Amino acid sequence: MDVTITINGEPVTRDVEPRLLLVHFIRETPGLTGTHWGCDTSNCGACVVLMDGKPLKSCTTLAVMCEGHEITTVEALEVDGELDPVQQGFHEKHALQCGFCTPGMLMTSRALLDENPDPSDLEIRTAISGQICRCTGYQNIVAAVRWAADHEASTKQEAGA
Amino acid sequence: MQTPAPFEYERATSVEGAIASLERLGSDARIIAGGHSLLPMMKLRLANPEHLIDINDLHELSYIRDEGEEIAIGALTRHVELLDSALLAEWFPVFREAEQVIADPVVRNRGTMGGSLCQADAAEDLSAVAAAVKAKVVIRSTSGARTISMGEFHVGPYMTAVGEGELVTEVRIPKRPGGGSAHEKVERRAGDFAIAAVSAAVWIDGGTIADAGIGLSAVGPITIELTRAEELLRGRRPSEELFAQAGAIASEDCSPSADGRGPADYKRHLAGALTKRALRRATARALHQEA
Ligand SMILES: Cc1cc2nc3c(=O)[nH]c(=O)nc-3n(C[C@H](O)[C@H](O)[C@H](O)COP(=O)(O)OP(=O)(O)OC[C@H]3O[C@@H](n4cnc5c(N)ncnc54)[C@H](O)[C@@H]3O)c2cc1C
Ligand code: FES
Ligand code: FES
Repeated sequence: MDVTITINGEPVTRDVEPRLLLVHFIRETPGLTGTHWGCDTSNCGACVVLMDGKPLKSCTTLAVMCEGHEITTVEALEVDGELDPVQQGFHEKHALQCGFCTPGMLMTSRALLDENPDPSDLEIRTAISGQICRCTGYQNIVAAVRWAADHEASTKQEAGA
Repeated sequence: MQTPAPFEYERATSVEGAIASLERLGSDARIIAGGHSLLPMMKLRLANPEHLIDINDLHELSYIRDEGEEIAIGALTRHVELLDSALLAEWFPVFREAEQVIADPVVRNRGTMGGSLCQADAAEDLSAVAAAVKAKVVIRSTSGARTISMGEFHVGPYMTAVGEGELVTEVRIPKRPGGGSAHEKVERRAGDFAIAAVSAAVWIDGGTIADAGIGLSAVGPITIELTRAEELLRGRRPSEELFAQAGAIASEDCSPSADGRGPADYKRHLAGALTKRALRRATARALHQEA
């Protein structure tokens, strides 16, 4: 059946089997392979994208269920060569090693800061608690999200001053 | 790569339409709500429905309402909404406590009240919560609506009283004075299903327990309503000794099996300890003695 999903602002139409999972739709059709596909069992969070601004495990959602919804993937974070503050934070704080978990971590972190610009460390840990990183041990990821929050606060302050 | 077996998909645009499709398609059809229990089962080919009816557009099934005598929760209400509800936190703090430890925030954005109950997985937390607060489930079909208790709702492992052509639309919880409630769960790691979990609610009138509800998760083939302990508690003054007796009943009346989450005797021990703790905290809340 034909399905149209808006991915990073662009409508993408494809004739799919209803059983196609969102993660594969995203990776195959627009070819956005930034969204990773890990455990396949909704446990690791490598596949997290945003649906209407909220984090979603795309391995546990059918593509056909997303018709009429806005999907945002990691590719949308960088705009005109400028990294999103969460991406900058991961860079500054060395929050990745192999990078496999990173797209999912970035999307959850972005959604967290959009909802709560000044989260506590516990709130950051809770937000990413459905996601597994086998490399960095989480400390640096929490520090990176903290960095992004501080960075955004100071940018806002400068803009207001 | 895990892929479900092929199926036909349709999106319901009204409750009536969903029920009509269920009736037309019979046992070949399944509702999909959050999909966070059903899709994993379909990927493992443990469930192979031929038709899926997606109810995610039925916003009329998504609400938490004060209806005077009762609180009504729509079947499509998501975990995150149960977690954030001030109304539920005021009347039944057990919801917020359970929701803080159900899966993880990303899963909680999708999983629903109705899906959790209909999955009828003994390891699932909301069924124990619903049993403890004496919730009733509203089931609709073309011939109207029927309302049943949690005891009638769960008929076996992964089996409910929801028949062909029927849709769960709502959960209703009676508001009674003097109540307090709490959820206790032990899990292997953040976001995991329980090794054991206990929901408890008590209603206190004039210093004695007028009524109590206790639901146990993950320590038997289905969610256990601990009726023998509820009977023991009714009409008694709350005390540590009484809670310990209720805990002993929990250890006796549960029937856990050994698995990757732990041996049976450990789970039995947990059922007792968590029952005691949940009752202690529910009672403190009912008496406004919470620290
Ligand atoms: C990684 C992970 C961890 C989890 N951890 C926990 C946990 O710790 N505790 C816990 O309690 N749960 C846990 N869950 C389960 C989660 O809470 C699910 O969201 C929930 O059990 C099912 O809700 P759903 O809306 O996704 O249901 P679905 O998967 O959509 O449906 C489940 C079943 O209910 C039926 N159904 C759904 N809605 C209706 C309706 N209105 N009427 C009739 N039938 C209906 C479906 O046909 C299906 O058979 C976890 C899930 C995942 C993926
Ligand atoms: S691939 Fe989706 S949660 Fe692991
Ligand atoms: S950086 Fe390797 S899994 Fe997180």
